[in-house]
Amino acid sequence: MVVEKPLTETVWAWLDAVPDPEIPVISLVDLGIIRDVSWQDDTLEVTVTPTYSGCPATRIINLDIETALRDQGIEKLRLKTQLSPAWTTDWLTARGRERLESYGIAPPQPAGGPAHCPQCKSGNVERISQYGSTPCKAQWRCCDCLEPFDYFKCI
Amino acid sequence: MSDPLFEFLCRMGDNTLVLGHRVSEWCGTAPVLEEDIALANTALDLIGQTTLWLNLAGEVEGRGRDADALAFRRDVWDFRNLFLVEQPNGDFGQTMMRQFLFDSWHRLYLTGLTESSDARISAIAEKSLKEVSYHLDRATDTVIGLGDGTEESHARMQAALDRLWPFVGEMFAGDAVDAALARQGTAPDPAKLRSGFDEQVGKVLAEATLVRPDSDFAHKGGKTGTRHSEHLGHMLAQMQWLQRAYPDATW
Ligand SMILES: [Zn+2]
Repeated sequence: MVVEKPLTETVWAWLDAVPDPEIPVISLVDLGIIRDVSWQDDTLEVTVTPTYSGCPATRIINLDIETALRDQGIEKLRLKTQLSPAWTTDWLTARGRERLESYGIAPPQPAGGPAHCPQCKSGNVERISQYGSTPCKAQWRCCDCLEPFDYFKCI
Repeated sequence: MSDPLFEFLCRMGDNTLVLGHRVSEWCGTAPVLEEDIALANTALDLIGQTTLWLNLAGEVEGRGRDADALAFRRDVWDFRNLFLVEQPNGDFGQTMMRQFLFDSWHRLYLTGLTESSDARISAIAEKSLKEVSYHLDRATDTVIGLGDGTEESHARMQAALDRLWPFVGEMFAGDAVDAALARQGTAPDPAKLRSGFDEQVGKVLAEATLVRPDSDFAHKGGKTGTRHSEHLGHMLAQMQWLQRAYPDATW
């Protein structure tokens, strides 16, 4: 049986359906860590960049990519890790940023802090800690509705 | 002298490994929850960087050792970390002063390494630099907050600075390995980074109302592997026991 190689656009769409293991409202594509999808002869090569060098989710992400693509019938697959250029939150998609906010995580801002509280939208917010429950987040709180919330660190 | 590139990569990886392990000792016992999480995250970044440096060291060495083999199967005299990072945590202030002094050097050195003629090294440096700049921001805030804080916190931060300052000089003391790497454009000459360090650290210490010690006497020998303080052996005994007792264990 001759199996056609799926178009790279199709592969991108499949990867866009794989959720981030720690923040499942956004996809791996939304997160901006899939850097390239290409065919090298009959092997599909997916280039992935880590968010943080010690992020424990990195291995799970690679496993999830492999599982998703195998489920689509990809047999020859190679995952390539690329460090440079280093991942930046500028690579989050616009849709990813919207999804983060509606999930209750303030998206990254170049100013280094959230634009407003993801719950009540008040700009009256303060930092609790530069770090949070995962390497990519910091803890903030709203001084109006008094809710604490996660902020996606801008790097 | 063994291969300078392998030596250099072990120095980088051993610094982040030993400091990462030290910082992780705070996990579950830091003064407040937010600091506990911050310390654990810092340790995590450092251990992640260790994996990158030591895997490359193993690759360059070509004897089939990976980051795990280098981290868990070498003895204390094979470690190439700075004296500073193996020092015990002490109180929270001493831990944060150690972090501040190390981060200040680390950021400058990594910035130089992003220009390395070796693309594998510049890539790791570029990745690490983002994380380390974030560490330095927090350490700086903490040193200022506690230095210019209460009478008690100020006294503890000054004591921490006095205790750790003799370990600063080693970060800038070059040897034959550094000279060989500088010639090849692989890594910057550490001595050239000292003035930038003094200027930047001086500003923070002034804001923290802390006094830089008069003497620049420096303990040396950690990064060359000539000698380590007794603290490193104790730390490795705890860090390596599982891999030593059950070699190649999987779970
Ligand atoms: Zn609010």
